[in-house]
Formats: sequence, C-alpha cells, structure tokens
Amino acid sequence: MSAPALLVPSAPMVRRRKLLAEWNWSGKLGLAVLAILVLVALFAPWLQAHDLGEMSAAGVFQPMSTEHWLGTDYLGRDMLTRLIAGAPYTLGVAFAATVLACGFGALLGLLASVSGGWLDAALSRTLDTLVSIPSKLLALVIIAGFGSSTTLLVATAAVVYTPGCYRIIRSLGVNINAMDYVVVARARGEKRSYIMRREILPNIWGPLLADMGLRFVYALRLLASLSFLGLGVQPPMADWGSLVRENLGALPMGGVSVVAPALAIAVLTIAVNLVIDNLPSARIDGEKG
Amino acid sequence: MGATVVVDDLRVVARAADGGETAIVKDVSFRIEPGEVLALIGESGSGKTTIGLSLMGYARRGCRIAGGTIRIGETDVLSLTKTERRDLRGRRVAYIAQSAAASFDPSRTIMDQVVETAHIHSLMPRAEAERKAVALFRELALPSFETIGQRYPHQVSGGQLQRLMAAMALMSDPDLVILDEPTTALDVTTQIEVLHAFRRVVREHQTTAVYVTHDLAVVAQMADRILVLRDGAQREIGATTQIIDTPQDEYTRSLIAAATPKARAADMAPGGEMPLLEIRHLVAGYGAIGKDGQPAARVLDDVSLKLNRGQAVGVIGESGSGKTTLARVVAGLVAPAAGQVLFGGKPLPTLVAQRTLDELRRIQIVFQMADTALNPAHTIADILARPLQLYRGLKGDALQRRILQLLDLVQSPASSASRLPAGLSGGQKQRVNLARALAAEPDLILCDEVTSALDTVVGAAILDLLAQLRRELGVSYMFISHDLNTVRAVCDDIVVLYAGQKVEALGRDAFARAARHPYFHMLATSVPELRPGWLDEVGAAQRAALPIVTAPAQRAGLCSFLDRCPLRVAGVCDKETPPRRQLDGGVEVFCHRSSADLVALQKTSQAEEAAPA
Repeated sequence: MSAPALLVPSAPMVRRRKLLAEWNWSGKLGLAVLAILVLVALFAPWLQAHDLGEMSAAGVFQPMSTEHWLGTDYLGRDMLTRLIAGAPYTLGVAFAATVLACGFGALLGLLASVSGGWLDAALSRTLDTLVSIPSKLLALVIIAGFGSSTTLLVATAAVVYTPGCYRIIRSLGVNINAMDYVVVARARGEKRSYIMRREILPNIWGPLLADMGLRFVYALRLLASLSFLGLGVQPPMADWGSLVRENLGALPMGGVSVVAPALAIAVLTIAVNLVIDNLPSARIDGEKG
Repeated sequence: MGATVVVDDLRVVARAADGGETAIVKDVSFRIEPGEVLALIGESGSGKTTIGLSLMGYARRGCRIAGGTIRIGETDVLSLTKTERRDLRGRRVAYIAQSAAASFDPSRTIMDQVVETAHIHSLMPRAEAERKAVALFRELALPSFETIGQRYPHQVSGGQLQRLMAAMALMSDPDLVILDEPTTALDVTTQIEVLHAFRRVVREHQTTAVYVTHDLAVVAQMADRILVLRDGAQREIGATTQIIDTPQDEYTRSLIAAATPKARAADMAPGGEMPLLEIRHLVAGYGAIGKDGQPAARVLDDVSLKLNRGQAVGVIGESGSGKTTLARVVAGLVAPAAGQVLFGGKPLPTLVAQRTLDELRRIQIVFQMADTALNPAHTIADILARPLQLYRGLKGDALQRRILQLLDLVQSPASSASRLPAGLSGGQKQRVNLARALAAEPDLILCDEVTSALDTVVGAAILDLLAQLRRELGVSYMFISHDLNTVRAVCDDIVVLYAGQKVEALGRDAFARAARHPYFHMLATSVPELRPGWLDEVGAAQRAALPIVTAPAQRAGLCSFLDRCPLRVAGVCDKETPPRRQLDGGVEVFCHRSSADLVALQKTSQAEEAAPA
C-alpha cells in the first residue's frame, strides 16, 4: 500500500488552486478596481496629501488642478482628501452590514431548509413580514427613533437585507436538502448542524458569494441615500453619500466636487458587479443548465 | 413512405476545455432503405444520440458537425441554409425524445401541440390537421382517441404521452423519424404497449426510422438492422438477427453477454436460518394522519417480509409500487403508520433520531443515482472518511489506510481518492457509493435501484461486485429494483409489490414453476427478450379484453391490481379482500384465484418461459 500521507488534498484545496486561473478579463478588472478601493479604505489615514480640515486659499468649488486633483469642496477643503477619508465609512459600513445580513440570512436559511416543518414556516413568514416594509421607510423610522450612529446604520442595513439573503439560501438549501447525499447523511445519523455545514454549505458558496456582492451594492446604495438625506454618517465624518449632498451647490457650476463622490460610488458598484458576475463557481453552475 | 438516408464519413467534434477539439463521432457511414428501421445501439458516450441529432442537421451546444455528408432522399442536409434546415425539421424529419413529459407544454392542450407543426409549416388547415391527429391517436391505440386531444399533458399517463408525441412526429408524414430512447423512462408493462403501438404505425406507414437506444432486447423487436457504436466509432452493422445470433465484433458480444440474464448468487455463503430483518404488517404513507390512524396517501399496505443473515431479498415493483418507501422505512427516514420492523430479533426504533449509532451503522443505504448520492463538493476520500470517523472513530494513518482498503475492495483505483465525484465515471461513482456503505461494516445494505442508471455492461460489473462482496463479507441485501432480470440475478427471495400491496413472494428456485399472481405474470412476460419476434408473441395475450366488474364502492382492502387484471371475478374481486395463500415451495400469493387458475394463465406463454431458464 502506498504512503497514505501522499493522499487526499481536501476539496477546498483542489478548488483554490484553480481559482485565479478561472477569472476572465472583466472579472479581473473588477477584482483589480475593488482591490484598489479596499486598499485605499484600509490605508486612508496615510494617503492624505492635505490635512482633512485645511481650507484652501484658492476658495470653494475649485476645478481640478495640480494642487487639488479633484478640486475643493463647499468649504474649500481638498476633495480628494475628503474622498479618501470617506472611503472607510462607505466601504466599511456597507461591508459590515453585508456580512451581518448574509451571515444571519444564510444561517437562518440553512436552518429552515434542513428543518422544514413549523420552524421553516415560522422563519419564512416572519422574514416575509419584514420584507413587506419598504427598506428606506424602515431605516428612516429606526434612525428617527434612535438617532444616527455608525453602529445603528450597520444594524439597520443588516436587518433590511437579512430576509433577501435568507430567501435565496433557503430555496437553494431546500433543493440540496432533497438530494440523495443529504438523505444518506441523515440515515447515517448526522446532526442538523453537520448537514448544514458540511453537506449543504459547500454547494452554495457560489450563489452565496454572488448574493453577498449584490447585498453589498444594495447596502451601499441605501447608506448613500440616507447620507444624502442627512441621516447617515454625521459630520464632521463624511461618507461618499454625504459628500454628494454637501457639494450639491457645485452642480450648477459644473463643479467636479459633486461629480467625484457620485462617480466613486458608481465605480465601486460596477467593480463589485463585475466580480460577482464572473465568480468562477457561479459561472460553472450557470453553464450546467 | 420514407426516403433513402445515406450517411457518409460523418464526423462530429466537441470543443474541449483547453480550446482543442475532440471527435465524438468518428467517420460513421450507413445507409437506410425506405421503410427500414435502423437501430443505433451503444452505451452512454457512444455518440448514438449525437448521430441521431445530426440527421436533422443539428449539433448540440459546444459540438460541431465537422465532416461527411448526410443525404435524406435528394437533400444534402449539411449544405442547407438556416431556413431550409428549419423546413426540413418541420416537414421531413421528426424527432421523438426520451421524456415526453418534458417535451410537452403543460399549459396547452395536447391537440394544440400535436397540430402545431402542421400549423407553423402551413401543411394543412387546422380542421384537417385535427382529423389527421385523431386518426393517428386511433392507430396508436390511445384510449378515447376522439377526445384525448382536449386534455392537458398532466391528465394522461406517461405511456400515453409518449404515444402522443409519436403522433405529433407523424403529423407531417416525415421521410425520417428519429426515436431517441422513447421507452427507456417507462415501466416495462407500459413499455410493451408503447412498443406495440410504435411498431404497428411504423409498419403501416412504411416509415424510415432511426431507433436510438441502449437496450438490445428492445432493438431486437423494433429494428431491421443494427449499428453498434462505441466511443463514437462504428463497430459493427448488420441485420438484427445476424447481430444478435452471430455477432462478429468483440464489443457486440460483450454487450449481448451483459444483456443476457445470468444468476450471480448461486455460490452464496451459507447464511443459515438466522433472521436479520423481519417486517411485519407494515403500513406507511405520506400526508396527514386521518381519524382511522391511516396516512392520507397510503404507499405501503400490510407488507411483511423476512430476510436471513447473509441472504438477499429482492423487492420488485414498478413506479408507485412503494418499493422505495419500504427502504426508507427500514432506514428510519419514514415513520410507519402501523406494523413493526425487527432487526436482529429486536424491534427497531422507527426514526433515525431514536436509533443508536450502532443500529444506524448496521443498516446502510445505497441509492440509484450515483450523481446525486455523492456530495459534489467533497473528495472521494472525504466521502469515505466520514462514516469511518463517525462509527469507528478512525483518525490519521489508520483512516487513510482504511480508505484505500475500501477503494480496493470495490475495485476502484487508489488515485480516485483525491478526486471530486465529477471526475469519476458513472460506474466508478456507484462503486464509491458502495464503498461508503461498506465503510460502516453493515449487516444490511439497502440497494435502491443501484444499477438502473448505469449502462448494461457497467451495471453487470456492479452486480458481480455485489455478489462477490456478499460471499466475502457475509453482508445481506435488500435489493430494490424495477428490473426482474436484475433481481433474479442477485436475490434468493423475491417479493413483488404492486401499488403498495405485496402480491407475491417466492424463492428464486421457484421462479420458473411457481403459480403467479396475475400482476407478476404480466410483469414477467413484459420484460423484453433478446429474441426477434418476442413482441408479436406476447402481444395477443396481453391485449385480451378484461372481464367486466362493477366499480367498487370503496377500495380499502381490495386487490390493487383489480383494474388491470385479466383474471378478475365479478362479485368477488370487487367486493372482498383476497386471501394471502401459501402454496408449495414457499410461494405466497395474494389472490382470490386458485393455484390452478393462475397456472393456467401461464400456460398461454409456457413455451417462452422455458427459453431464458
């Protein structure tokens, strides 16, 4: 018998080896842009050429120049610096909300699909009720009631997007739960948590990741809208949504300071969409049909 | 009247993952005379369907017809423009697919869909098309042929739908009909009706046809000539009788050998009389439990059986017979409504959650579809490791060694351990499936249609393996199948289920001479035999008019085969529960008729009974 140690790399290892090779050019483009934005957000404090509060001698709503690459804002502050400083809030809050929403949604979805019966019915109806409340209205009510803080924004967005993820994961899970390999696992005496974790979850990573990307974009949009309404991240901190609002006055003058944050949101959105459209595992699933 | 079809050096290629191309049909040439039926026979991957589709000038996604010529009558199929090709498919070449259920639109009536081709290609006015359709329904022996067109697809049976699809195909009087495994998904007793109908229509219309299938016995009934394919290459072509009686090619011989029934368990381990599994008066079903303590849909009705250690019991039945539910009850996945399951002499807790780990370990289940029975996200090693960890607590080197041992036991290469299920062939997957069950070192393996999804040759190898494992390990099987030949090959005892009732139980030795329940008789005589002319012989006996009985007021307790039984007795079968009669040789029959009556029914087809024995 051959040396057993040579044997069996686990499935995730087999998969990981092929991961980068399977991206096509648009996926790689999205991945690159996203990586840059994430790096900017992570290293924001060290990337600022100007002091955040420093007001330029050049005045307000300046166009692009060598001194101020993206012009100045309504108080004459350097726009690029503000944009970079806003990145951690914009990405961070949306990311945290997404992770929470998809984490909860996936957990409950898997639980419902494996359990069936009354638990499934109770969870599904409860979360359906949540969906029936318009997301912005819900967010407005929560913020009106408790005031606005970063934590509360994250929690609000998480609550708003949990049902969507739950529904997707539950419907995928119900299908996989009917597969013979799950029946075999059940007949073998496996516990519910094992079936959720080891039998079902590995088969829905692709759709789950794609859904996370989608929820991230939704959360980004919700938070930007709230900030635009002045209910999001509060001054002196500013995410990209509040930057758009603050500099709205530049619009009639064709100022770059209002376009830049809006464009930043668009670029982030498109990059995330390119990435999830080209997720290798999701693509393979699509081709089977 | 069909046309001459000439295919020369046909070559179809598929795009491979690395951008290159692999040939999946390699220089195949044949000629079909008008009115002739040519069978394309081969296993999965032999290119038989690809050739069938290319006759319509069509190649599946990712494939391309790379060379050769196809002529239907005067038309060169491969040089047609897109519009001409569309016209060819509508008027001159028709295709009958395996799954009629998937080929009909559930939201429109059958008639709408049958006359659609005629309408799209403006062949004839609607009224005329409908008249023609009704005539075809009648020729295909469909019940209430005048009105069946007004129904929706879900309102007719699978066998009827398959015939309706044939009617759809024949609407345009095509020069060539391609039948792609048209009866593979049907039960044998249904298949025989459909084959009869197809054969009659093909003969009367003098249709030129290509019959694509993996089933040699069916081909023997349907085809004038046979083309044997393997891996896209032509192995042998000849008249049906020549291919079956005197095959020239080595591969053809192996196909015929695999299709010929053979017993595998004769040299079984002496199991003795130690009862392992005993099922007593089992009732099970689905849906809400009613006031009488019975489930809404009763799937198993008073089923009993006994299995001794080291033995194999075969449970045979068609779709809806409850055979899979029986396995699920034993596995603890479905709770019975009444009755008892004893395992090793002790009552077995009904559901998985109530059983001990050791009770779970001793009963393992192996499913039909190896594709869905293995988690696509786990490597083979992971799949085999889990029961070893769970039941035996194995770790590290001991675990790895045992995995390799198990693969060796089921004759799979050790290299497959690191693969994902998608990287294995169907037969190899089924071996892994078995290895996973064996990892638990069970006393009983529930085999649910384990060879049904496999090619004949591969399936035969799995049956050999099962017989060998039983000899070496002394494991018992409850072998569930719709295929009588398979069950006969592997099992010592046979239990026949029909619509949840156990209609007959018998030992394998008694198979040839025992009195048979009318359903069991019908089933046994419906299994196609590898002998041209068989279909004509069984035809007359099976289509005799049934004795008239009154519609029973309530069905509980009555024989479930009543509606189809040629021996039913008015005033008895539709009123009273049949007795469960013990006959000579351990045979048990659930029927009002006497043993002599049942034997008399068999006399009509006595001659053919002698043949396969």
